[in-house]
Amino acid sequence: MSESHEALPEQRAWMTLLQKAGAPVVSVLIAIGIGSLIMWISGYDAGAAFAALFKGSLGSPKAFGDTLLRATPLMFTGLAVAYGFRAGLFNIGAEGQLFMGGLAAAYLGVRLGGLSPAVALPAVLVAAMAAGAAWAFVPALLKARIGAHEVITTMMFTYIGKYIVSWLVVGPLKAPGQIPQTEMIGASAQLPRIQSLFSDAALQSLPILKLGRGHMGIFVALLFAVVVWLILKYTTLGYENRAVGFNPWAAENAGISVPSTIVKSLCISGALAGLAGAVEVMGVHHRIFDQFSPGFGFTGIAVALVAKNHPLGVIPAALLFGAMSAGSGTMQLEADVPQKIVLIIQALVIFLIAAESVVQWFIQKRQKEALARAR
Amino acid sequence: MPVLELRGITKIFPGVVANDDVSLSLEPGEIVALLGENGAGKTTLMNVVYGLLAADRGEVLVDGKPARIKSPRDAIDHGIGMVHQHFMLVEPLTVTENIVLGREPGRFGVIDFAVARERVRALSEQYGLKVDPDARIQDLSVGMQQRVEILKALYQGARVLILDEPTAVLTPQEVHELFSVVRSLVDEGLSVVFITHKLEEVMAVADRIVVMRDGRVVGETRPSETDMVGLARMMVGRDVVLRIEKGPSRCGEPVLEVEGLRVLDDRRLEAVRGVSFSVCGGEVVAIAGVDGNGQRELVEALVGLRRPLAGTIRLKGRDVTHAGAREAIEAGISHIPEDRHRRGLVLDFSIAENMVLGDHRVEPYAKRGVMRPARIAQMARERIEAYDVRTPSERVHASALSGGNQQKVVVAREIGRGPELLVAAQPTRGLDVGAIEFVHRQIIAQRDAGKAVLLVSFELEEVMALADRILVIYEGQIAREFAAGEADDETLGYYMTGGGGSKLDGPPSAEVAAGGER
Ligand SMILES: Nc1ncnc2c1ncn2[C@@H]1O[C@H](COP(=O)(O)OP(=O)(O)OP(=O)(O)O)[C@@H](O)[C@H]1O
Ligand SMILES: [Mg+2]
Repeated sequence: MSESHEALPEQRAWMTLLQKAGAPVVSVLIAIGIGSLIMWISGYDAGAAFAALFKGSLGSPKAFGDTLLRATPLMFTGLAVAYGFRAGLFNIGAEGQLFMGGLAAAYLGVRLGGLSPAVALPAVLVAAMAAGAAWAFVPALLKARIGAHEVITTMMFTYIGKYIVSWLVVGPLKAPGQIPQTEMIGASAQLPRIQSLFSDAALQSLPILKLGRGHMGIFVALLFAVVVWLILKYTTLGYENRAVGFNPWAAENAGISVPSTIVKSLCISGALAGLAGAVEVMGVHHRIFDQFSPGFGFTGIAVALVAKNHPLGVIPAALLFGAMSAGSGTMQLEADVPQKIVLIIQALVIFLIAAESVVQWFIQKRQKEALARAR
Repeated sequence: MPVLELRGITKIFPGVVANDDVSLSLEPGEIVALLGENGAGKTTLMNVVYGLLAADRGEVLVDGKPARIKSPRDAIDHGIGMVHQHFMLVEPLTVTENIVLGREPGRFGVIDFAVARERVRALSEQYGLKVDPDARIQDLSVGMQQRVEILKALYQGARVLILDEPTAVLTPQEVHELFSVVRSLVDEGLSVVFITHKLEEVMAVADRIVVMRDGRVVGETRPSETDMVGLARMMVGRDVVLRIEKGPSRCGEPVLEVEGLRVLDDRRLEAVRGVSFSVCGGEVVAIAGVDGNGQRELVEALVGLRRPLAGTIRLKGRDVTHAGAREAIEAGISHIPEDRHRRGLVLDFSIAENMVLGDHRVEPYAKRGVMRPARIAQMARERIEAYDVRTPSERVHASALSGGNQQKVVVAREIGRGPELLVAAQPTRGLDVGAIEFVHRQIIAQRDAGKAVLLVSFELEEVMALADRILVIYEGQIAREFAAGEADDETLGYYMTGGGGSKLDGPPSAEVAAGGER
């Protein structure tokens, strides 16, 4: 280029960030607007409702703890879906892998509960990852070998996984008693609550630390978000994952094995989803039962979409969904907005953000394709 | 009054002024050739006209009236059609279905295929664009697909046709046919904008030549007022050697030895039918042939992308017949693929990430699975500099490069790796004359450094300029071998079209040789 062009602004990092983050934020605002409209039409006080929603999610340290509690598994499932997406794979079955991870954690948690936490915690987490990965392995193999679409196969495996858990908790692994659930895991395999780390005196003087049910799993989740980001950005594994996702033919030409990348990618995705199950077992329920996940695996898809499949974007996206889920109870209780409307608003936010992402993804893809062909 | 007029078009991308106050007009019945270096802004300008990009300043006038063109749909409504270098056809559909797509005749959503076929047939007769209306796109050659694209534009009522590097993917015979189609279009009063890097085509077909450099129009001329050397100078701003000098080859040890190779194509038909040849270090061997005679399958077998059915491939004496792409790279085989978008580049990757593709596991670019971005960036900057890739930085996505600059990235990577054997398929596709000169020098430098080069090209010009030996491939077999300088265009064209296969092994008839004419 000639010299006169050099003074032009280059795309700065913060500008790109703003562009990327701008759309989801706008979507949330629109969703809030439509939600208010619906409440107004139905004769509810939208202002009070949102105030309650805020109160229940961020209004107090305890509320924030609840937000963290819900965000933790979503961070893992969001990462799981995002990692697969970056290889062009749609792991719609994170829920099944989550169940398997939870099952592994519940089973081993009981057996390793007597060991020291320094051994038990990593061992149980690793086992949950292995279980999640194993649950993704067969669909991955089917995809890599015969091209069976992962949307179908991972979904099938979700049903299988959930039914296996349903059967185990009434059968072989049922704890004594009336309720169909497993035995409680040992204390050293449990992820402690954040506030339990501090002395009573500290909690007295700094009430902001009283995070209620929020547990240490959130730190594990944050750690993994950073790790996944580093993997994608700085390792050959992540590089090959992205190359296959963008252009498998060029990847193949560069000596990257597309089938083996597919297998690796889906298994890593499964491992991350498995961790979501593990933190729920280790930090919240301390056992597994039939309905222990309200669909974290599926919400993870929405989280990944909002995050635009960026591992660090998964953090705020998961917090957003966590906050909505945490605040909805208060909203119902205090603003007297019935559960149904809470659900509608939740769905709206998910729908709008997801739709926006999907639409934008398609627009960008089509524009890019058109422009790419033009050259 | 001009049918199309551009006034002061300016288009700015981050870090690049792609079009800088460009004005251009097109008269009815006129063929304007748009010429310019890679990255000069030709495609960008035409994308603005076609509504794929919005200009930052300037206006487009159609028939003297300002036209607000915001999408290809608007452009089509104004009678502007564009055929891109990469086609936008729907593969499993038929020719007729593709052409009427979006403008189907019929009522209540029921397509009247009889009417559609008839219209397509009438159009193709009117302009001499022969094509079977019922053929499926996937079964058509590239040249035929291009005809379908042109027909589609005409069907939609185009009065101005923009052709962006239409000849880059065509064989000489198809180029010939395209030119007669273009002439019949302007005879009917249409106007054509023709983008190309091939100067002889410009001289042959254009009424007027507009030259761009660095986003600006730097000159205008007519074929009668200039020659190829003059055009090249106008474009690049310096004298260009259109055909480089090279010394005699010094053939060393054999590097590539192929014996009795048989390879199936995607339809499981035998595309390469018993091919044997060798390439020694310090030699450029060219495979000349009409597209679709097994070149693609041969190349894919050599670089590990396709499993041979029978035969052996040896590299420096080592058997690499069943090596995959990774082993092939590790054995020292580099591959410039014929289709840069499909095989050559990850368009969503940065230039730096593309430059390291294939070397992304090895030192110094990666160590124990961890990549080293600083090293990669440095290497990318060096290659950008050496190959004159026009871009503000190595962090730019490959999709934001001009077509020729994308090709430079692929070539820089594959030659820069320092291979034992370079398999180059259409290595200069889409490059401007200056860049072609440079790449040709690099290929000869490879040769002079004692490396082996296998060139696959449909361009006889390129084959003649680079090759020490020429193998003519026809229907999956080597029809004939020539030493450099032993054969001319006509003779090559004769064997490329199957002349050698017939019993009358006499001198080429004028008719057959037309295939190789330029
Ligand atoms: N989408 C984009 N984003 C950023 N820069 C772009 C984009 N498209 C084109 N450019 C830049 O604009 C300039 C002009 O590109 P253009 O494709 O118009 O060149 P061209 O004349 O068609 O070149 P070629 O002969 O190589 O096809 C180039 O420097 C290119 O890098
Ligand atoms: Mg171009």
